[in-house]
Amino acid sequence: MSRISCTFNELRRNGKKALIPFITGGNPSLEMTKGLIESLAESGCDIIEIGIPYSDPVADGPTLQRAAQRSLANGTNIQDLFDLVADIRGYLDIPIVFLAYYNCIYNYGIKNFAKSASCSGVDGIIVPDLPPEEASFFEEAAWNEGIDTIFLVAPTSTEKRLKLISEHSRGFIYCVSLTGVTGARQSLCSGFEEFMAKVRRFTDKPLCVGFGISTPEMASHVGKIADGIIVGSAIVDMLESSLTSGEGEKESLNKISKFVRSFREELDN
Amino acid sequence: MIPDRKGYFGEFGGRFVPETIIPALEELEEAYEEIREDPNFIEEFERLLREYSGRPTPLYYAKRFSQELGGAKVYLKREDLNHTGAHKINNTLGQILLAKKMGKKRIIAETGAGQHGVATATVAAMFGLKCVIYMGEEDIQRQSLNVFRMRLLGAEVRSVTSGSKTLKDATNEAMRDWVTNVMDTYYIIGSVVGPHPYPMMVRNFQSVIGRETKEQIIAVEHRLPDYLVACIGGGSNAAGLFYPFVNDTTVKLIGVEAAGFGLETGKHAAPLNAGSKGVLHGALSYLLQDSDGQIIPAHSISAGLDYPGVGPEHSYLKETNRATYVCITDNEALAAFEHLSLLEGIVPALESAHALAYVEKLAPTLGKEEIIVVNLSGRGDKDVNTVGKVLGVQI
Repeated sequence: MSRISCTFNELRRNGKKALIPFITGGNPSLEMTKGLIESLAESGCDIIEIGIPYSDPVADGPTLQRAAQRSLANGTNIQDLFDLVADIRGYLDIPIVFLAYYNCIYNYGIKNFAKSASCSGVDGIIVPDLPPEEASFFEEAAWNEGIDTIFLVAPTSTEKRLKLISEHSRGFIYCVSLTGVTGARQSLCSGFEEFMAKVRRFTDKPLCVGFGISTPEMASHVGKIADGIIVGSAIVDMLESSLTSGEGEKESLNKISKFVRSFREELDN
Repeated sequence: MIPDRKGYFGEFGGRFVPETIIPALEELEEAYEEIREDPNFIEEFERLLREYSGRPTPLYYAKRFSQELGGAKVYLKREDLNHTGAHKINNTLGQILLAKKMGKKRIIAETGAGQHGVATATVAAMFGLKCVIYMGEEDIQRQSLNVFRMRLLGAEVRSVTSGSKTLKDATNEAMRDWVTNVMDTYYIIGSVVGPHPYPMMVRNFQSVIGRETKEQIIAVEHRLPDYLVACIGGGSNAAGLFYPFVNDTTVKLIGVEAAGFGLETGKHAAPLNAGSKGVLHGALSYLLQDSDGQIIPAHSISAGLDYPGVGPEHSYLKETNRATYVCITDNEALAAFEHLSLLEGIVPALESAHALAYVEKLAPTLGKEEIIVVNLSGRGDKDVNTVGKVLGVQI
């Protein structure tokens, strides 16, 4: 059983929900990414999602676009991020998921990508622009290497598609909470509960909700319905404003750790 | 059948977009399949092409241009004479009818040179639909005339400041808008790019160019041409001209990409000549990318060709050797821009000037009995500022 599935089993046994932070790899530097992963793991997170920076991220809002541009401007490449995961695997066991746009995977070589992911200790891959219909090569390569394929469902997904996506998903299913791009929002969109209920009818796999979750209160609400929550832009926003206001890396890490712990507490309440 | 049911031209094409818009693409495909053979739709589309856009556009024998080159006979397919000044309206008329039929209330589009933006704003105004056009900040500056036209037509022009601030980024931003407003918004893609069914659908709407050309050349020359030449950005004017001739294997198809400052400088917009396979804006095709799969911004003096990708069908025509893809530098295009103006009294768009520049190389190598048809895809009024700047003329 994959590290991700084990995590969800344990969470279910303990009646807990997964807290999954997202950070952009190499933003603002690889050292900081490493520091963030360590800090997030210590702050009660269950799985860490790392975005591979891409020049044309069509599913992302301004925060994650800027984060990717900063990372690319510093010369971050995919190999750096594989190396970074291999490095932390020496002392950290927390499941790690990569989010990569499909061109990065295609260009790297689909089989090679899956192999490098597996060798470095990546547990799952999310490809925001790859629906299951286009994923047969990728899926085969990932599964052969024991990598979980995490597909996304959206509020617009038809029942037929929910069934299809569930069949192809391993580890968990990423539920996009709204029709839109990534970015911190003040509230959940109307119809969210109905959407989640509809997804549940088609799968018994863990459901994690992302896009827009920015406060512990929202997390708490979503946690009552889903198996986990994904917080991305809110963390990356905090990192950005902390660094641009001249705070040191240590201070930023502390701030983010505190922020993430507040999500943990609300989720566990 | 090309493309196949999943939107593949050989290995190229497909549907690589976020899940949120997949159901919208399924809905679009279904609606398009319903109307494409529907006599009522065809009649309405043809009526608009005729009465609103002024089709059929003439096929003009460019006598002085041909004589100057001293070889083949060169015919110009006068797409510049369409309403709004380019071939783009063929596609926007087709898609706006589809949007109406699907009950969409809001239209969005990306634009590079502004020609597709103008063509979209035009049809949205005609049908009374709200219209938002995404345009790169850099293109807004070099195509200020078209920006003003779009605003006159009631469209909101949104400046895109991300990435390279050109067509690629405008397309990203339009896709983000669509992901957000997918329930009530119709996205009119302006070229044979994007996820299935766009490349097929846009080609089909544009293929009126090739169908007319075929009839017209047979009427005057009593035979098919030897060469068809068209410029390639995303590739819609070329696809529209080529498609009705694809099975006429005696007709050579030549697409002309923008070599910008020259392929060797890396500053160009020629993915079929100097790119590699990858996925951009929803389809697998040739594109400009670095060794890590990051998209490299294109360069061309012509805003309409300044795009790092190309329609998947062109990648297929290249792989199968049915079409040949060459390229032309900024300077060569500028020279052809001036030549056609002086010799024929026709100011071509800088995009079309790329095709003309290649004809200037090709025609002298051919015999006098050979026939070239070049797609004069747009008129050059929008480019006078750009050209004036290069020539050091204050306008």
